[in-house]
Amino acid sequence: MAVTAGAPLRRGVLPFIAWRPKGRTATLAVYIVRRLLWMIPVLFFVIVITFFLMHQAPGGPWDREGRQLSPAVVNNLNIKYGLDKPEWQQFLLYVWGAAHFDFGDSLQSPGQHVSTLLLESWPYTFTLGAATFLLLVPIGVGLGVIAALRQNSWADYTALGMATVFASTPNFVVGILLIIVFAIGLNKLTGGNFYLPTGGLPEPYNPFQVQLLMPVFTLGALPTAYIARLTRASTLETLRQDFVRTAWAKGLKGRLVVTRHVLKNSLIPVVTALGPTFAFLITGSFIVETLFSIPGIGRSFVTSIESRDYTMILGTTLLFAVLIALVNLVVDVLYVFIDPRVRLSD
Amino acid sequence: MAQTLLRLEDLHTQFFTGRGVVKAVDGVSLHIDVGETLGIVGESGCGKTITALSVLRLVPEPGKIVSGKIEFRGQDVTKMDDEEIRDFRGNDVAMIFQDPMTSLNPVTKVGFQIEEAMTAHNRFSSSAAKSRVIELLKRVRVPAAESRVKDYPHQFSGGMRQRAMIAMGLANEPSLLIADEPTTALDVTVQAQIIQLMKQLNRELGTAMMLITHNMALVASLCQRVVVMYAGRVVEEGPVEQIFTSPQHPYTWSLLRSVPRVDEARKDRLVSIRGLPPDLVNPPPGCKFHPRCPFVIDRCRVEPEPPLEQVATNQVARCWVLMSNVKEEDIAAAKTSALSLDAAKILKQDLAVAPVDEVPSNAGN
Amino acid sequence: MATAIGIAQPVDWDVPEQTGLWKDAWIRFRRNRLAVAGLVVVIILVVMAFGARLPGTPGGLWKILHLAGDPFTQDVTNTYALPSLQHPMGTDILGRDLMARVFYGASISLTIGIVVQFLILFIGGSIGMAAGYFGGWIDNLLMRFTDIMFAFPDLLLVLVFVAAFGPSFWSIFIALGLVYWTNLARLVRGQVLSIKEKEYVEAAIMTGTSPLKLIWKHLVPNSLGPVIVTLTFGIPAAIFTEAALSFLGIGIRPPEPSWGVMIEDGYAGIFADPLQVIFPAIAVAFTMLSFTFIGDGLRDALDPRMKR
Repeated sequence: MAVTAGAPLRRGVLPFIAWRPKGRTATLAVYIVRRLLWMIPVLFFVIVITFFLMHQAPGGPWDREGRQLSPAVVNNLNIKYGLDKPEWQQFLLYVWGAAHFDFGDSLQSPGQHVSTLLLESWPYTFTLGAATFLLLVPIGVGLGVIAALRQNSWADYTALGMATVFASTPNFVVGILLIIVFAIGLNKLTGGNFYLPTGGLPEPYNPFQVQLLMPVFTLGALPTAYIARLTRASTLETLRQDFVRTAWAKGLKGRLVVTRHVLKNSLIPVVTALGPTFAFLITGSFIVETLFSIPGIGRSFVTSIESRDYTMILGTTLLFAVLIALVNLVVDVLYVFIDPRVRLSD
Repeated sequence: MAQTLLRLEDLHTQFFTGRGVVKAVDGVSLHIDVGETLGIVGESGCGKTITALSVLRLVPEPGKIVSGKIEFRGQDVTKMDDEEIRDFRGNDVAMIFQDPMTSLNPVTKVGFQIEEAMTAHNRFSSSAAKSRVIELLKRVRVPAAESRVKDYPHQFSGGMRQRAMIAMGLANEPSLLIADEPTTALDVTVQAQIIQLMKQLNRELGTAMMLITHNMALVASLCQRVVVMYAGRVVEEGPVEQIFTSPQHPYTWSLLRSVPRVDEARKDRLVSIRGLPPDLVNPPPGCKFHPRCPFVIDRCRVEPEPPLEQVATNQVARCWVLMSNVKEEDIAAAKTSALSLDAAKILKQDLAVAPVDEVPSNAGN
Repeated sequence: MATAIGIAQPVDWDVPEQTGLWKDAWIRFRRNRLAVAGLVVVIILVVMAFGARLPGTPGGLWKILHLAGDPFTQDVTNTYALPSLQHPMGTDILGRDLMARVFYGASISLTIGIVVQFLILFIGGSIGMAAGYFGGWIDNLLMRFTDIMFAFPDLLLVLVFVAAFGPSFWSIFIALGLVYWTNLARLVRGQVLSIKEKEYVEAAIMTGTSPLKLIWKHLVPNSLGPVIVTLTFGIPAAIFTEAALSFLGIGIRPPEPSWGVMIEDGYAGIFADPLQVIFPAIAVAFTMLSFTFIGDGLRDALDPRMKR
């Protein structure tokens, strides 16, 4: 069984990449380097696709609702930002810049670097995502394991029922219902004394704040339910395995059978699901940040799409692509450590 | 008289399924003496594995031991509390399972899995357990045992894994080792090695063995006594030589006839048992074997199931007819009429669902 | 070797009646109550949607039958009305009948969700089949391309596509098809590869049978089940994406009452009238849940490994 997630390079692409050393650590190191190198063509194509699609889009960055800029101003702006050049030149210039970690200026916030803007909104998105991730993994895995170990009990039915509903409820619906119940409803019920805030600036890097309560729940409900369902199914499957019966036949204590033999196997597919979960959190942030007016990267991405802020769109897409590739790499490397059957060669 | 180690008395284990109650083990009584090797034979689905799992109280859901006694050294296993049964498993009675490929945890080192069998009980200190792992692997002839302990199961071959399973079973020097089809999943050459190994261990350590198999050859080479099971019931029991030379139950006779024997080459045709094992939810009335029996008489269909009766010294059988009463010509007729190919054709007509190979599979090794 | 003694090989003595694969699957599907409930809800939704868009009935069949109002007629004297006999779900900020709009929205969500699957089947199926059949560098190229598509979070890519094509029903339709084909392509490629490896296929090719014809003949019955299941699970994903896009203001534009648009509208006035956003939100969630149940039921019914 080889690692399938991500993109292992095939033989003969580049001779020095195909070189394979001996030893586990060295193999791992080479594998990581290969995966990092593979990111370069992926990111290049991410730029290609995003760049040409964006320039394809009707309208441009200087269209304003209401007041229109005069043609002369538009012309000047185009010259200033290099939009007067042919598309292929703009593209090459962008790639050249990106290769030097220069992602250009935002077209909507004049004089501001894309990287500066991204760094400004990063803390909010990171805090939201990290708080959600820290909650969703233990809760999802915990619920799944409990449900599986007590299969067909009321605990199992409750967990499974909730997981099934949340796993197919869109996050904006969850968020809206939360707002109606915990902001509007509580506000009315308590005469405005106690309710959950629906938005505003959360404090960066602090996962424990009342501001984050509803956004985190909104963002995390679906992936938590997904992880819980996955964990339950995988644990049930493992409980039926022959080696679990062997463990019981040895006279092991129940706790050891579960931790050493059941969970060590049943959590392997859960670890591999963390990659897609991460990608899901990123797209979820578009909606949750819009819903709760959090000034994070997701929300700024949506606004930059609306306003055709080419450089912001490209910068954000690249950032997300890099993050997802890195998380997938971490997951795959983790996989090697938890499953001794996995070999890194292809 | 040897001392009795394990005694099952009127054991009933049933599965409560949507289709009804499956009486997988239906009133089984048997015993094993200290140091003895007992074979339990029968077709798949006759309840032999469930009997073994019942002894360790490892019957899978939705199965349950409904009634009966399982006495080990005078203590009733069915009445043990959780801690007692835990300490009983793997310590007093150990079990080796059929498929060594799936019976070892794939993500844990083999050495640790053996060590764990010892640390679960108090017989060995944890440091003694560690050094004993290598000793055990050497005893079951795993080459380069010192380095192999750190390997994972996927780095072992099938035969090596079964050796590791046996080492695990022997770890606590149990008085009884239950082996459920220990060689079925292995190559023929490896099978011979494993049998040899088990024989030797029984001789050297005096471990009693309960060998569950459909392989008559294996029983002949390893066991002193044999119990034949059919449809959850014991149908015949006795010393191996006696059962092999003069089986009294037609089912035992058919089982033996269906195995090719080197010493009888070509003289006799192989006989296969026509039909399928009965539905254990609604077993046939009377003798449960009568629909498939070549020597069936009216009594078998009409009267209640025959009791287990003494048919020779140390030999009991559950049959109204008994092979000693069947005429030679009837046996000859059964051999020709029920020979495999004909039976295969009949079976094909009976069961359009389950295609049977043109060449009957009578190679039980 | 090592079979049961005698010919009595099959020990599965619970011999089922000989039924066709599809009949068998339908029997198993019917046993799953949630899946059947999901199917009923979807059928009701289809009727609702069909009535709202029935050609030759201005304002829809429901208006003619006086079951709902007109989804587009504004009534500024009656905005934010509470549910009443005349407007069972109340009215919105412009006094339009909410129930009529929810019914109309069902037609958009269902069309997007279901019809897009055919586009996905076409794109994913062709790419998967080409990759599996030709193998070699074509396979390599196509699968690397699939990997690159995986580097994008799907909603992000849909956003970019929809932005590029301009906000309209058709651009969402095409964008969804261009983004969600990857899973199906991998599935079909895997099936083709496994069929190619079968000995009887190799043997048949050696005797001169056209390999393409042969693989097609084996591919369709073998992969129909998993393909149907994958596509069914694709329906709630597509419905979600459309609603999310419209909610973010990038998808279908007002006054067309897609559920996402209604949620966006309603969310803006959530403090004035929470009811407005609840109905379309629950409609989306309910529809997605129903399709998920159907998908679960189909998976259990069509996957023989899950056979009880």
